Amino acid sequence: MPEAQVKTKVDPQVPVAPPIQQTPSVGEHTDLITGSEAIAVACKLADVDVITAYPIRPYDTVMQYVAKLVSNGELDCEYIVAESEHSQFEIVKHASAVGARVFCGSSGVGWMYAFEALTVTPGLRIPMVAMVGNRALDDPGAFGVEHNDALAVRDLGWQLVWVDSPQEALDTALIAYRVAEDRRVFLPCAISCDGAFLTHSQALVKIPSQDKVNAFLPRYDRGDLLLHPDNPITVAPQVNEDWLMEIRRQNAAAMERSLTVIREAYADFEKIFGRKYGNPFFEEYMTDDADVVLIGMGTLSNPVRVAIRQMREQGKKVGFVRQRWFRPFAAEQLAASLGRFKAVGVIDRDFSLGSPYLSGVLATEVRAALYPAAKRPPVIGFICGLGGREVTVPDVKKMTDKIYLAAEGKPQAGTQWIGLRE
Amino acid sequence: MATVANDRELAELLREQPTQQLDAFKGVKKVPLEEFFTSGHRTCQGCESALVMKMMVKAAGPRTIVLGSTGCMYVANTTYYSTSWVVPWMHTQLGSSGSAGLGTAAGLKALMRKGKMKNEPINVIAFCGDGGGADMGLSAISATLTHPDYNLLILMYDNESYANTDIQLSGSTPYGANTTFSTPGKVKRIMHHRWKKNTAAMLAAGHPSCRYVATVCMSYAVDAMNSVRKALSIGGPTFIHSLDPCPKGWDYDPIQSHELGELAVASGVWPLYEVENGVLKLIGKTRAIADRQLKRIPVRDYLLRQGRFAHFTDDDIDYFQSKVDEMWERWVIPGVIPFRKQIEADPAPA
Repeated sequence: MPEAQVKTKVDPQVPVAPPIQQTPSVGEHTDLITGSEAIAVACKLADVDVITAYPIRPYDTVMQYVAKLVSNGELDCEYIVAESEHSQFEIVKHASAVGARVFCGSSGVGWMYAFEALTVTPGLRIPMVAMVGNRALDDPGAFGVEHNDALAVRDLGWQLVWVDSPQEALDTALIAYRVAEDRRVFLPCAISCDGAFLTHSQALVKIPSQDKVNAFLPRYDRGDLLLHPDNPITVAPQVNEDWLMEIRRQNAAAMERSLTVIREAYADFEKIFGRKYGNPFFEEYMTDDADVVLIGMGTLSNPVRVAIRQMREQGKKVGFVRQRWFRPFAAEQLAASLGRFKAVGVIDRDFSLGSPYLSGVLATEVRAALYPAAKRPPVIGFICGLGGREVTVPDVKKMTDKIYLAAEGKPQAGTQWIGLRE
Repeated sequence: MATVANDRELAELLREQPTQQLDAFKGVKKVPLEEFFTSGHRTCQGCESALVMKMMVKAAGPRTIVLGSTGCMYVANTTYYSTSWVVPWMHTQLGSSGSAGLGTAAGLKALMRKGKMKNEPINVIAFCGDGGGADMGLSAISATLTHPDYNLLILMYDNESYANTDIQLSGSTPYGANTTFSTPGKVKRIMHHRWKKNTAAMLAAGHPSCRYVATVCMSYAVDAMNSVRKALSIGGPTFIHSLDPCPKGWDYDPIQSHELGELAVASGVWPLYEVENGVLKLIGKTRAIADRQLKRIPVRDYLLRQGRFAHFTDDDIDYFQSKVDEMWERWVIPGVIPFRKQIEADPAPA
């Protein structure tokens, strides 16, 4: 029986002491959980109203944890197992339109099966939060991580963030709701977790108290966009050439404002939870005195950090930039940071066949970000770790050697595949 | 008994999430004058589907949310700044009527249960055309009809083609019809050899927990509105399939829309029925046909009123007639369920 319901006999003559105020840290604890479980816990803390599931590895572990939270009575939501990813995303899209906080997710070709729903969600200004358990786009079949699934929506108005630990997954899910549901933004947010490396790997995670989450995350208020008989609006009418550009521009402005809202959210997060992420958009590791840097997204940060520590023992001043937020892309800030180095190597766990210099997606974006900058170091793209292949410490050292050559002015191929049998 | 337990479970769900109790309109003069689908739309002259929208939401009343999947009733009805919807309305994707209804109902249910929204019964109606429903959206509709704990109606307005995109054939287009994807030519007279899907009966038979499935035609508007009211009151997910004569797609003078709906019923091509809690009831002329009180008119009188069948030869008409005769003479439930009893089945080849 919950404490609040325990009745004790009180003598009416004796003045009753005021109830002890709950300290905000009640319920805080540390758990050994996976990235998927961390996001399921975030759904519980965020009091999500409607969740839809459909199986595909590796993201579906999050829905297994959600199912258990629901059946144990820890999470009060409508939990619906859909009959396809398309329906999965459409159901929560419509639940969000009537004011419900929603959660959804997918992986690989499952995410692509939902593509039509993913396309319309930002245009409808639906602040859905989704988890992408990054997975290769088969065929040929592969369960392992590649980032092409989440990156496929990069032009559509989805906010995209990559995390590299279960703690960051939990924290970022709370931040994602705060940012997506901010009326200045009202755009969906996908949290990318590398398949297997993060979805299935455990780490110690500090679970925050409900009080702190409540202080950080206000209720979702759809305001005058709420679909309800008391607010009888028509949503998504035919606009054609008359109005489409103006509406697109509004969505673009929302994405621009997202940069500010993300900064505010991380600042408040630090104040309330005491955990500091510094610059929200990208994390720098040993860059202060670095000659050259690598930049990449997701869990490849782990072998890269190990390799950097080893290389620094050999006197090589290498740093690492882990890109967190891919959309919105903090281009000026990144360009200013990268301009400090003699050369930059971009590790793409994705591909963009036929793209400029045959690079991956991140390398193309980094080059574009750097172009207007006063100081433009040489940029080499690396395609690495596709289909879940491990990015090894020797791989990282090999890439670093090539960046050093570029820094010395020795011409390098714009894109190189690393860890490839040839 | 399991039935009792299940009924109790459903009763519990309905207590938690009650529906509006909408009694049948007793005659056309009892139908309210207030409109919730009004001016501002751009449907064709004689469009029966527009009439379906108007009557559907008139039957449902003001405390209703309507979701509309892509099709004529999206594109023609919701020009920006001139919406014809008085009730809240939202577009959904072509194959998403099932998901839209389910998501809306689930969102309302969660918010009301958790005290985040005033608890009141709100009708949820998701509509789709035959392309969106019988073709692309079938899977989502099927899934939605298996969720007994959400109250919503899916209404499929069937004008027998993808009429919005220039009249292309759908899985609901009748055999042989001339559409822009099945145009008769010099070598092939008949381009479309598929028989129309038996959508309503398929959904009723395939989803025994769905409490109400009906076919309607707006030539019988009071019956159709009362079907909508029953579907919204009964609880759980429900389905209505409406046959809508379409002057542009079927190629006839718009003044004949109402009459063509009557001919579809009188010829036995479009049976009117409802399946309520598993009990089948034939309605109006369809019932009279089944009871042999009324003789079916020849399908020729229905087909040759429409330009889409103008290329038919006598043989084509005879074939069409034989298939409709089969519906009424050989199906285990005439006009509804297309199985034949084994004793009547064709003998196995020697």
